[in-house]
Amino acid sequence: MIDLLTFGNLINTTLVFSTALIFAALGGLFSERSGIVNIGIEGLMVFGAFAAAVGTHYAEEAGMGASAPWVGLLTAVVVGVLGSLIHAVATITFKADQTISGVVINFLATGITLYLVKLLFDGAGETPLLANRLAKLSFPDFAAIPVIGPIFGAGVLNSYPTTFIAILLVFVTYYVLYKTKFGLRLRAVGEHPSAADTMGINVNRMRYIGVMLSGALAGLGGATITLTTTGLFSHTTISGQGFIAIAAMIFGKWNPLGIFGAALFFGFSQAIRNYVQLFEWSASIPQDFILMLPYVLTVIVLVVAIGKSRAPAALGEAYDPGKR
Amino acid sequence: MNKFLKWFASDSFIVSLAAIVMGLLLGAVVMMIGGYNPITAYMALLNRVFGDTYGFGEALREMTPLVLTGLAVAFAFRAGMFNIGAEGQVLMGMTGASLIGIKITGLPALIHAPLAIIVGALFGGLWAALAGYIKAKRGVNEVITTIMLNWTALFLCNYIVRTFLLMPGNQRSVEIQSSAWISIGWLSEMMGNARVHWGILLAFVASTFFYYFLWKTKQGFELRAVGSNPEAARYAGINVNKNIVKAMFISGVFAGLAGAFETLGVFHYQSVYASSPGYGFNGIAVALLGMNHPFGVLAGAGLFGTLTYGSAGMSFDADVPPEIIQIVIGSIIFFIAAQGIVRFILKPVYKRKKEKVL
Repeated sequence: MIDLLTFGNLINTTLVFSTALIFAALGGLFSERSGIVNIGIEGLMVFGAFAAAVGTHYAEEAGMGASAPWVGLLTAVVVGVLGSLIHAVATITFKADQTISGVVINFLATGITLYLVKLLFDGAGETPLLANRLAKLSFPDFAAIPVIGPIFGAGVLNSYPTTFIAILLVFVTYYVLYKTKFGLRLRAVGEHPSAADTMGINVNRMRYIGVMLSGALAGLGGATITLTTTGLFSHTTISGQGFIAIAAMIFGKWNPLGIFGAALFFGFSQAIRNYVQLFEWSASIPQDFILMLPYVLTVIVLVVAIGKSRAPAALGEAYDPGKR
Repeated sequence: MNKFLKWFASDSFIVSLAAIVMGLLLGAVVMMIGGYNPITAYMALLNRVFGDTYGFGEALREMTPLVLTGLAVAFAFRAGMFNIGAEGQVLMGMTGASLIGIKITGLPALIHAPLAIIVGALFGGLWAALAGYIKAKRGVNEVITTIMLNWTALFLCNYIVRTFLLMPGNQRSVEIQSSAWISIGWLSEMMGNARVHWGILLAFVASTFFYYFLWKTKQGFELRAVGSNPEAARYAGINVNKNIVKAMFISGVFAGLAGAFETLGVFHYQSVYASSPGYGFNGIAVALLGMNHPFGVLAGAGLFGTLTYGSAGMSFDADVPPEIIQIVIGSIIFFIAAQGIVRFILKPVYKRKKEKVL
């Protein structure tokens, strides 16, 4: 058996891995619930990770010290929204194919960010390592309590502030989506735009808001990785996390609570790779199989337990008021 | 012939051409903002591809997997599915070809090489069919399964290379038997040792097969019916589930071929990859550039391959960051997808044309 402290650490690492996924998958949710496919989440995360590194770097140079990462976080939100506007203009105003536009976002994101890194930092391939990152909160008194302490104190509470923001956003999103007028309209536009239009809802405006929210959240997701894990931006900072976030969104059935569960699951299966090695029997398992674990586990869970997940009905279709 | 000429004057051709020009112009603007000279940069790009026979041969080599992964993605699109998994299917194809190429000895080249190609194609096809089967049986969205299977394939293939094929002390397999090589030695010598191989020709054959199968056979008709409206297809008595698995299998065969050709024709060994090499994701871009048509995919791969292979020349000779090319490719696809924007800009041209007709 593993001891409580290790278990607490496992929970802690799970939360670190899950946070970016929660942000990005919630971002995907806002876009897709409004009826716009967003395969560009990966690229928007790249934009966010880049903006966070650059924003924090210049805030550091301006002498902001420990509060610099928050400037980076804010920059990431703004840049994420700007990136998502490309997607919104193409798919909503010009009715371009949404999948294609999303793929384009992914291409543009890596191209533009790495080009800018070279321009800003004299031909370097990555941004300078940040001196200030987000710090984990710490509750030493709470962690000292037996049994609960190691699990909830060291495990859950001893996390990055972004983790708490992400979890809070899950419930905020749930509330907004199902308990407010805005949420009802957003869902209506994604399910049956012409009916929504008849009721006086501005379909295209709702969709613009949905896509821009997805940009802001995916930007936050990317920023989280820069500001808590890597400390700099390079071409490997976001390697496929955006696609895993999209998988988490589908896995979570386009529902904020489902997404929370799915992101925790992905985070856990990534974290457990670091802990499996604590067991003696793990030496007999090739490391490639341990690396494979999260992905195989996901497929098995999908096949055995989840089955069909239903996308918003009008997903992927540009709204054309003249068409009935 | 007349039909051929008409096609050049067709609307979609003009819009695509305009999209390419606009993408290149946008790239030029971005270069000028960064203080680079776009003309020197583009000249260096063209010079790397068309400057000598070596460059041209290597560019063809670069295009081959793009054609095949582009066909893979386009084929699945035609049957109504989004195959993000060409990446993993390419890796499986590489592994299948490596296993046969390394482990089987004593066969004549005429049997060994085709066998390695076929096994590679089967590996890719079955890997994709798995995602199709899960979709058909359990209704799981193929986007999520193919993403997961990409990662699974990456680590599974690394495991196979590390355990059964490893060249000790290296992060790669031992060399495959020369009887399984598909390099064209004499042509390669003529082209300054550019790594040209028979796969380049077979990629053309594959796109012709794509066209013939989808538009000239009953099975192809069924696949397209399932792709455009599965409910109507079901009502018409078409077995939708069977077609989903079949479409994914064929799609995976294309991707598997790409992998097999890379191993047998280009590298002659298989690397242990730290992260996905990116063939499949480029294939998505190529399929989109080619508007999911097999001959469009050929053109798209030609353009994509020229730009990416030439971009290295851009950074050597003109000191321009090659990332610019990602921006150019992205915006070309963007303009092809958002034809509204292109038509908006071309509007004055169109108006004049119409007036002439009147």
